[in-house]
Amino acid sequence: MAIAVGVLFMIGVYLILSKVLLRVILGTSLLTHGVHLLLLTMAGLKRGDAPVLNGGSKTYTDPLPQALILTSIVISFGVTALYFVLAYRAYQTRGTDEIDDQDADAAGKEGAS
Amino acid sequence: MLHLLILIPFVGAALIPLMRALPRIHPGWAVLPVPAALFIYLLSRIPAISEGKTGFTTLPWMPGLGIDLSLTLDGWSLLFALLITGIGSLVVGYSMSYMGKNADSIRNFYVYLLLFMGAMLGVVLSDNLMVLYAFWELTSVASFLLIAFWYRRERSRYGALKSMLITVFGGLAMFAGFNLLYAMTGTYSIREIVSQAASLPEHSMFLPALILVLLGAFTKSAQFPFHIWLPDAMEAPTPVSAYLHSATMVKAGLYLVARMSPIFAGSSEWFWIVSLVGLTTLLYGSFKAIRQTDLKALLAYSTISQLGLIMSLLGVGSAAVFYDDPSQAAFFGLATTAAVFHLINHAVFKGSLFMVVGIVDHETNTRDLRKLGGLMKLMPVTFVIALIGAFSMAGLPPFSGFLSKEMFFTAMVNIREFDAAGAQSWMLVLPIIAWAASVFTFVYSMILVFKTFGGRLQIEKLDKPPHEASAGLLTPPILLVSLAVVFAFLPNQLASALIGPAVAAIRGNGLTVQQAHVSIHFWHGWTPELFMTLGVVILGILLYRTYTRFSLLDREWSGRDTLNRAYNAGLSLLENGGRRVTNLYMTGSVRRYLIYILLFLTAALCGTLLFSPNIRLGMEHYAPITFYEVAMVVVMLAAAAAVPFARSRVNAILFTGAVGYMVTALFLVFRAPDLALTQMIVETVSVILFLLCFKFLPKLKREKEKPVFKWTNLIVAAGVGITMTLVALAAMGSSPFEPISEYFLRESYESAGGKNVVNVILVDFRGFDTLFEIMVLGIASLGIYGLVKLGVQASSSKDEADASASRLRQRQGFPLVSNDVILRTLSRVIVLIIIAFSLYLFFAGHNNPGGGFIAALMTASALILLAVAFGMETVRRVIRVNYRILTAVGLSIAILTASGSFLFGVPFLSHAFGHFHLPILGDTELATAVLFDLGVYLAVVGVVMNIIFTIKGED
Repeated sequence: MAIAVGVLFMIGVYLILSKVLLRVILGTSLLTHGVHLLLLTMAGLKRGDAPVLNGGSKTYTDPLPQALILTSIVISFGVTALYFVLAYRAYQTRGTDEIDDQDADAAGKEGAS
Repeated sequence: MLHLLILIPFVGAALIPLMRALPRIHPGWAVLPVPAALFIYLLSRIPAISEGKTGFTTLPWMPGLGIDLSLTLDGWSLLFALLITGIGSLVVGYSMSYMGKNADSIRNFYVYLLLFMGAMLGVVLSDNLMVLYAFWELTSVASFLLIAFWYRRERSRYGALKSMLITVFGGLAMFAGFNLLYAMTGTYSIREIVSQAASLPEHSMFLPALILVLLGAFTKSAQFPFHIWLPDAMEAPTPVSAYLHSATMVKAGLYLVARMSPIFAGSSEWFWIVSLVGLTTLLYGSFKAIRQTDLKALLAYSTISQLGLIMSLLGVGSAAVFYDDPSQAAFFGLATTAAVFHLINHAVFKGSLFMVVGIVDHETNTRDLRKLGGLMKLMPVTFVIALIGAFSMAGLPPFSGFLSKEMFFTAMVNIREFDAAGAQSWMLVLPIIAWAASVFTFVYSMILVFKTFGGRLQIEKLDKPPHEASAGLLTPPILLVSLAVVFAFLPNQLASALIGPAVAAIRGNGLTVQQAHVSIHFWHGWTPELFMTLGVVILGILLYRTYTRFSLLDREWSGRDTLNRAYNAGLSLLENGGRRVTNLYMTGSVRRYLIYILLFLTAALCGTLLFSPNIRLGMEHYAPITFYEVAMVVVMLAAAAAVPFARSRVNAILFTGAVGYMVTALFLVFRAPDLALTQMIVETVSVILFLLCFKFLPKLKREKEKPVFKWTNLIVAAGVGITMTLVALAAMGSSPFEPISEYFLRESYESAGGKNVVNVILVDFRGFDTLFEIMVLGIASLGIYGLVKLGVQASSSKDEADASASRLRQRQGFPLVSNDVILRTLSRVIVLIIIAFSLYLFFAGHNNPGGGFIAALMTASALILLAVAFGMETVRRVIRVNYRILTAVGLSIAILTASGSFLFGVPFLSHAFGHFHLPILGDTELATAVLFDLGVYLAVVGVVMNIIFTIKGED
């Protein structure tokens, strides 16, 4: 699982660093998945039953990370939706969905020299 | 009462802006009573203080940090408080004639002035070092504001900034010194530190503390080489110069040195640093003063020089501490008395001289000595004031300056016999420096009077014919300068009332006012001091006659000497260097910033993992892994890995969706049913969203990036990935803290009445998180709404055309209304089932998997299904709900439920629960948490539908 988390993070970051907005958005959602799995992993996997008290079981998995993840899922949904509309609007106004770094890079080099 | 003393000026400052209602009278009239009343009150305290009593009151402020508003009124602070309020009153009176009343900024002027007055009183009354520091910096701020009063002038701003930078630099050093003192003694209270003073010198932090505190004092009191701010501070209005920059604020450094004397005096470093810096400043300042052509610049350097004189006296006076024998201690301690006496005299004569210069400036519009001259006949009263002030400054009889100058000479002559602290026979240098500086002092005093008032009137160089100033301008300096005469003839009354108690307070330990008894006489007999004064006068007159021939006037270089150049160069170096360094990394490229953030994340996490002893990478807690799980993970990773290589948008989106569903499956395997449910629905809705949107976006282009770009990204990404793997391993391998989940598991049913712990945590234990979460969602949905709706309205006609064209394409490519009859028929049934199921989830949520979130998402997906089947319009017709209002209603319910607990006197978000027997449903537990959940439910439904409808552009 740890490796899976790592790979998800890696792909997510790689996508975020790319220049196409859609990839950036998908990158964030992959990253979110990675974070969720990481949180779940931290709690220790598969020890005990689902945290629904039924009196029968002695051990339960840690409910707190699950609550955190639940919150996070919903928020990331909202954020993704917002990103999407932002990307859409950016495309509408600028005619491209690529992050244009050229000017900024040039400015940076100018400032550095 | 002491607290009121400080508070009143601040209250006054706050009230001044409200005085617009009274435009007729000059605002100064309203201000004047403040310092005057305080002055009279302080005068009434003189008898008690001179009997040796001290006032002390304290108010706790931050007791945990040892910071209390404790104020003390002893001889030394009383003397300062009298100066601040007394000269303050005169300056306010003077400024009423000096500054026009119609200028709107005049109110600002008085606000700053009162602000300064309160802060300065705070400095001299505080017993707590931290409070003292706070007021200290406040005086710097007030000084900054006053110097920059005519802020449209370049030089005013320059001077203000300079004074601010230098004094605040010193203030910070002093702050560090205070904290060192705290570290040594465990208290910020000056009295308590003084009581422990005997044990301090052995401490290793003693010397650093001493130097840091002195830095603060030297910068504030414009001691060499920090004096450079004072001449530039002369850009302030003249009343300000008279008040802050000669009589009070610049003396704060002297105040502090004297106040700290009981702590530091007795160490040889203190003696040498204070004495020598003081003497250097005295000589340098007096020499520079001669070379000025601007009257205020002359007075500024003269102030620097006089401050140096008092500073050196305080240093020399500390020699007394080296002797146990009272007669010897008194022999050297005379210097301290001289310091206090001269401090008073300086405030008197320098204050009046500044006012005189202000009058000259006011009447002739110039302060340039080369243009002035011959004003004696035109302005006789002013001339007399200037004469008395200047003679007092030069140390001539029969004015009070003569007495303190004599005492200064005595102290310097006495110090030759000092034989502790590594003193050598060349101590004779000290009186010689003192004498030489006095010659210069004499010369510049004479220049001030006779170049201005004597000589020939150069009427052609003046803007307007000068005449005697008005009574309003003349009264304050007359009052002030008459004190120079009064003190000269009644020195012993002054000594017993003020100087004695002040000296007793400075010397600290055990010295009572009676023991510090001071007697001052005009005539000592034919002493060396008298001959020194005679020498000063003779040589001074010679020098005055001839100094122009030495071409000493540095009108060409003024303001451009080495120290000033160093200051300017340092400042521009900082600015340019800072800009260059910032440009180096702040390139404006978001991607680059992201890389910084990620690299730092990697470095920080790896560093922590490496260097923390408690963190182990562990594998032992692993549960056995089954084949299916491995398969799921592999599928998930394969899908994820495919995303960057996907050629088309749809593929990329679908791959991401696949990852999401695999994660859902993993949640299920890992015993997280709530998560699985939520994730599944969210994933579905997201994919629908993606697909709704993607038509608007252009075809995915193949990345044609340089390999460098790709490799950088890959390396950064790999770094982050590996770090995260390590973090995950570390999290499994070590758990330094007991998890708090046990608490939730135990308390969930007992105190919250729910069996589904996850849901209980969401709505009860951590309800705040949830509340904010739905708010975030609400904001996101409104943001989307705003972006889409308002953006379209604002965009130009060309964009409109684009938008409509894309809408047209969308109709062709992605049918809004499905023609599938089976889907239409089935969906009617299915929607009902889904909604019913979502309601079940909602009510079951507290005890079984489910809850408001999941139910809401479920409902939303049902509505989306309807929309896909029958078209948005149909849905909107059938269900006439404004989803934004629905969101608001949901949020309100959640907040109201949460605040409802206030009614029962319990904290925000407390829930109650109970068992109810409802028809049909049977025995049901109802908790107020359910109500909260209802809020969540409504809000989330509203948000999701709002987003979907907005993006569809048909809302």
